[in-house]
Amino acid sequence: MESLTTSRNGFLRGLLGTLGVFLLSGIGKAWGTAPGDAGHGKRPLKPGEHRWGMVIDLDKCTGCGSCVVACSTENNLALGNPQEAAMGRIIRWLKILPSQEGEFPAPKQRLLPMPCQQCDTPPCTKVCPVYATFRNEEGIVGQVYSRCIGCRYCLNACPYTCKDFNWKAPVWPKEMQASFNPDVSIRPKGVVEKCLFCHHRLQRAKEEAVAEGRPLRENDYQPACAEICPAKAIVFGDLNNNDSDAANLSKDPRAFHLLEELGAEPKVTYLKEGA
Amino acid sequence: MRPRNWTFYVQLAGFAGFCAFAVAANGWFVWRAAASYRLGDAWLPAVVMGSIIGPIFIILSWIISRLFFKIALRKTKSGKSPAPLEIFPEEEVLVAPIFEAPTGGFLATMAVLTCVSLWAIFAWCYQMYYGLAVTGLNNPVFWGFYITNFVFFIGISHAGTLISAILRIVQAEWRRSITRSAEVITVLVLVFGAGNIILDLGRPDRALNVFLAGRFQSPLMWDVCSITTYLIGSTLYLYLPLIPDIAILRDRAQGWRKPLYELLSLNWSGSHEEREVLEKCIAIMAILVIPVAVSVHTVVSYVFSMTVQPMWHSTIFGPYFVVGAIFSGIAALIIAMAVLRKGYGLENHLRAIHFENLGKLLLVMCCLWFYFTFSEYLTTWYGGEPEHMVIFNLKISGPYAPAFWLMAVTCFVVPFGVLVSPLGKTVRGTVIASSTVIVGMWLERFLIVVPTLIRPRLPYTTGGYTPSWVEISLFAGCISTFVMLYAMFTRVFPIVSIWEVREGKEQAEGEVVARIRTYFPS
Repeated sequence: MESLTTSRNGFLRGLLGTLGVFLLSGIGKAWGTAPGDAGHGKRPLKPGEHRWGMVIDLDKCTGCGSCVVACSTENNLALGNPQEAAMGRIIRWLKILPSQEGEFPAPKQRLLPMPCQQCDTPPCTKVCPVYATFRNEEGIVGQVYSRCIGCRYCLNACPYTCKDFNWKAPVWPKEMQASFNPDVSIRPKGVVEKCLFCHHRLQRAKEEAVAEGRPLRENDYQPACAEICPAKAIVFGDLNNNDSDAANLSKDPRAFHLLEELGAEPKVTYLKEGA
Repeated sequence: MRPRNWTFYVQLAGFAGFCAFAVAANGWFVWRAAASYRLGDAWLPAVVMGSIIGPIFIILSWIISRLFFKIALRKTKSGKSPAPLEIFPEEEVLVAPIFEAPTGGFLATMAVLTCVSLWAIFAWCYQMYYGLAVTGLNNPVFWGFYITNFVFFIGISHAGTLISAILRIVQAEWRRSITRSAEVITVLVLVFGAGNIILDLGRPDRALNVFLAGRFQSPLMWDVCSITTYLIGSTLYLYLPLIPDIAILRDRAQGWRKPLYELLSLNWSGSHEEREVLEKCIAIMAILVIPVAVSVHTVVSYVFSMTVQPMWHSTIFGPYFVVGAIFSGIAALIIAMAVLRKGYGLENHLRAIHFENLGKLLLVMCCLWFYFTFSEYLTTWYGGEPEHMVIFNLKISGPYAPAFWLMAVTCFVVPFGVLVSPLGKTVRGTVIASSTVIVGMWLERFLIVVPTLIRPRLPYTTGGYTPSWVEISLFAGCISTFVMLYAMFTRVFPIVSIWEVREGKEQAEGEVVARIRTYFPS
């Protein structure tokens, strides 16, 4: 009886051990959470490829709002109306968040331009039930408008509250309908949309580079907000390219990320104001 | 062999259809796992989910095959139809709602409910046409009434199957007259729970994308799998104990009911062998539905707790939601039983002792609910993380304080006070406690969903959330349609299990005495 028990225990232990080894070796990849892996719902970053990122210098930002206008025009965002604004339903892929510090007589207002933070481990792509949002090989978090079911789980999971939802079909004044950007699709009602770092501009830049038979150059691709910023507060570039301004600035002593402690690894870096 | 009439072919189609569905469900998990792998996404979640849900569907189809081969295809002597099953005089009151014309009060109630439901259908069409702009939802309050109702209805659904399964397994003899009314609540209210997700979708026309492009890392997919399994399982669990009752009705019914009962009674004759098969199937189902039911509200809670949002990201949400679900479920059951008792004169079947016993269960869940709520809020407050405290203060002392304290009163103070007093042993007392619990549990769900979304971490200019008439209409419509379907069920099937009560009266006493004897030294 004694030996039977021992051998059974031994067998069980061996079985569990084998299973454990099998699981530990495969589990990280299979769950998509292994270190260095791109993680939830994302393809791994290929080494040597581009990794697009943005640096926003809060010292330089004047809060003029031209980035918001440029973004909205570039990406065919509907204007919205006062009723929608009162309901909090205006869609802007890039917002400027004001925050008040201190009370009268010495109040200070800080401004925070907020595009999608383009996280490396995005909390939004984790929760999508239908593969409608994903992070691509170059680090841009995309949204598939034609597949999105509009459950808005990704919006709720995003700690930065960066995505937007089409509460109704977008409408434009007649005069504006001739000036749509043909490179960007119009979103239907009921789907989620977001800042894509002007991904269509990357597509065009890549096509031009191929047509001219040369590699993609550093400044071939700039999103509308970075291009327009009169104070040059927004710097955009390839974080994998050590010579790019964006890569260097993102290592600046003033550099910080929003809500860094949540571990979403955003690729939008801010440079501290007044330091 | 029984004659090959149309009922045989429909039953065959049902059996074959379900088996095909079970196979397809298993194949679907494999397909999704392979698709995830191809996309470079994690495939293990699909495999894990499939290896849990897949075997459950196989067990369900095995049960259905038992029903088909052992009951429906049973060899009968000389091919004669079985002798009619009789209805005893004291059981007439149970079949009266089925065979007697409905009263004026019943019809008037149904008419009112129909109006509310039609209005809700109009509201839904309105929302489909104009989009979710017609709701009070906004940026950043992306979820509101619909998700609250989803969690609330799924919670209510724990009334039936779970309670009736637990009582069956522990052989609580007093369960016999209440299980049916509980199981019907489960099946019907689940439909509305899942339906509220459809109401909430921006693109309900694309809802099937969860099957075509399902991604198992999403807690919403876990919900889809778990709730679908629960709905199918609890429908079967409702149907199994109905079979002998349908057979009893079949032998008296006329007109349109006759073919319906003939089809659903599976040629039941009440022989010993049939009973053995059926009782074994019921026993298996009773065990099977408990983990499924627990998983349902656990994964509903995971939808919130898997995010990193303040006061959603809580480790106790799984059991907290399950406890709340059973709590609200028992309350809903007590109210439904009280209405049935009054409306159909079932005082002799749904007796004060049933309410007293359910009241005790309600009291236990009330204490557990308080324990969980206390733990949840105390740890948040003591830890005092600023982001969590923003939400905490919204609930305790901010704009949601009235709702929060009303919840505390209706979920704990009133039901606890009533149930520990002598009033807790009466029908009236348990109904009062249950009514407040229903209100309180809805508030609890609302207070979990909305306040977290009102204040994002970053300094957004935020408004608030006021539900629009569309959301309120659809909530009212869900409730009215549920009540209507429940009332219609009571007009087609007996709401108190005839055969189980009969069996209890005839056999249970001897069984219980024999069982008690085994507890003690001989």
